Amino acid sequence: MTALLEVRNLVQEFVLRDYGGAKGGVLQAVSDVSFDLSAGETLGIVGETGSGKSTLARSVIHAPPPKRGSVIFQGKDLVGLSHRAMKPVRRDLQMVFQDPFMSLDPKWTVSRIVAEPLVAYAIGSRADRRERVNSLLDLVGLDPASYGGRRPRELSGGQAQRVAIARALVLEPKLILCDEPVSSLDVLVQAQVLNLFEKLRSELSLSYLFIAHDLAMVRQVSDRVAVMYLGKLCEIGPVRDIYRRPLHPYTLALLESIPNPEPAAGRREADRVISGELPSPLDPPSGCRFRTRCPRAQELCAAQTPQLRPLGADGHLVACHFPLSGAAPAPAGSQADTQPAAVKR
Amino acid sequence: MADALLEVSDLRVRFRSRGSVVHAVQGIDFTLEPGQTLAIIGESGSGKTVSAYALMGLLPSTAQVSGSIRFKGVEVVGLGEKELQDHRGRNAAMVFQNPERSLNPTMKVGNQITEAVRRHLPLSREQAHERAVELLRMVRIPAAERRFHEYPHQLSGGMRQRVIIAIALACEPALLIADEATTALDVTTQAQIMNLLLDLQQELGTALLMISHDLALAASYAEEVMVMYAGRIVERAGAGDLFGNVRMPYTRALLDAIPRTDLEPHVLLPVIGGRPPDLSAVVPGCAFAPRCPDAQADCREQAPPLEQHEMGHWWACWHPCGKEAAS
Repeated sequence: MTALLEVRNLVQEFVLRDYGGAKGGVLQAVSDVSFDLSAGETLGIVGETGSGKSTLARSVIHAPPPKRGSVIFQGKDLVGLSHRAMKPVRRDLQMVFQDPFMSLDPKWTVSRIVAEPLVAYAIGSRADRRERVNSLLDLVGLDPASYGGRRPRELSGGQAQRVAIARALVLEPKLILCDEPVSSLDVLVQAQVLNLFEKLRSELSLSYLFIAHDLAMVRQVSDRVAVMYLGKLCEIGPVRDIYRRPLHPYTLALLESIPNPEPAAGRREADRVISGELPSPLDPPSGCRFRTRCPRAQELCAAQTPQLRPLGADGHLVACHFPLSGAAPAPAGSQADTQPAAVKR
Repeated sequence: MADALLEVSDLRVRFRSRGSVVHAVQGIDFTLEPGQTLAIIGESGSGKTVSAYALMGLLPSTAQVSGSIRFKGVEVVGLGEKELQDHRGRNAAMVFQNPERSLNPTMKVGNQITEAVRRHLPLSREQAHERAVELLRMVRIPAAERRFHEYPHQLSGGMRQRVIIAIALACEPALLIADEATTALDVTTQAQIMNLLLDLQQELGTALLMISHDLALAASYAEEVMVMYAGRIVERAGAGDLFGNVRMPYTRALLDAIPRTDLEPHVLLPVIGGRPPDLSAVVPGCAFAPRCPDAQADCREQAPPLEQHEMGHWWACWHPCGKEAAS
């Protein structure tokens, strides 16, 4: 199976300016990230604020274009394409943002917002467009008759996000980049929108790049998960392996931080919670970037940058000198569930 | 109960706006013991934050508060601004969601702590400084002496929230209200801050009122959880009881809608439709009835009262989820 999206050695940098416009430093937000995404697949991306996950998605869609590396979408390298050449590509590559109200024009009606991509690409007659917009509003669960004429301020957060999703879908894209699409919504609305994503995926055979900081949610929607830390990929693999048998200490720390509502779990022990904070991305630690907070860090971690390498189950890659379990194949069943706690001791 | 720290009875808050009246809190009753951890959870607009503001006497003048809030036996509703200033900080303190907006960006963080200390305690400048550094150490801020002289923008989000907790605890209040205190933070920082809050609570014997929309977070850190819907408390139980033996269909719906790590990928979440009711129109009957899968005719006629049906488990429902819901 050829990949729908191949990202190779992607680097995105921002030049910081001091007073008077002097170059103040270079912030490498995404450094040397590579991954594949197959058609019909959902890749979840998790990481803390400042890990570069949003910048990664924006670099893929060329807003702004990446500094180095290649983004091969449907067999075509997008890096270096002119703005004009990008336009037909964007038809198949859409994005849904975190705050629906910030991404919808407050003065436009819902129908006009959803129809705009069709107008931009000069697709169909006016009547065709109206029909297409109505069928899409229907698809995302909004009655076109009562919502089509509304403006964003007359919508709730969940409804506004549905409008943003309808707009992303109207051009029948192959891949949708979702940047924290449900983080600003209440639990029940969040579940409704997540279910909508799932329904659309199976009905329209969409692929998603799904960015979120909520690991439980990412598990729910993804086939594979990538974990980012300070602009680098720490670990990537099938969702079950990552959650049952994390190999990177940072992934384990993230998993340990999920609030566990099970009555028996009780309070988590303080020593299992990761200490410290994200170092400055302007001056990242040498070698492994996680070493300053890593309980397993040794001298080698400061000297040498760990490369992403396959370990354990099929398609499971980790960038760590001292991964949490050996190269033994991951056993199936409940035994694996207790693995993270046992390894930590 | 004579030894309760906080007794709230029939608390109601109304807001008048452009001709309509919004009934944000519609008669809530609860008590809080010293040193207890209670979480209030609910969706946006359920009245959880308004209730907390009422406890602090922080509501704007457009709000009409009725009912009673007794703190260590002293009535808070109807206090003047002067007395409220003594109440806040000394008796009860609050940590807000957004650490950026709660700190003065032009003032060193240390001075923001000494300000709170000197407002309430008869300390000299030097003693207040010492106390502030001590507080910074207490909230586990490394190099407290140096951090004292830094400005909020020099600190990370987690550090700022620690400073705010230090300010809140400056006068050792008997009650700390944390209103979505970790919502703006990353999961790893959230776990650090929650552990810090619980550690400090044990050290100082402070009661903690956690306000959150995150049921999983509330249940993993609080002893008791109270669920609010449309301005009313609909269920209250010990954290374990709420998950093992949920009775109110609304709580059930909330629990079902949380993505969990033990679910298989691509499983659809069971979710109810509809939206919370408009709080400007008071309708008879249970506010959740229009969305409730188990609603019957009597639910629409009369609102069920919140009653203690089992030891330590209150719910407001005519047709609660049965024992078979427990698993």
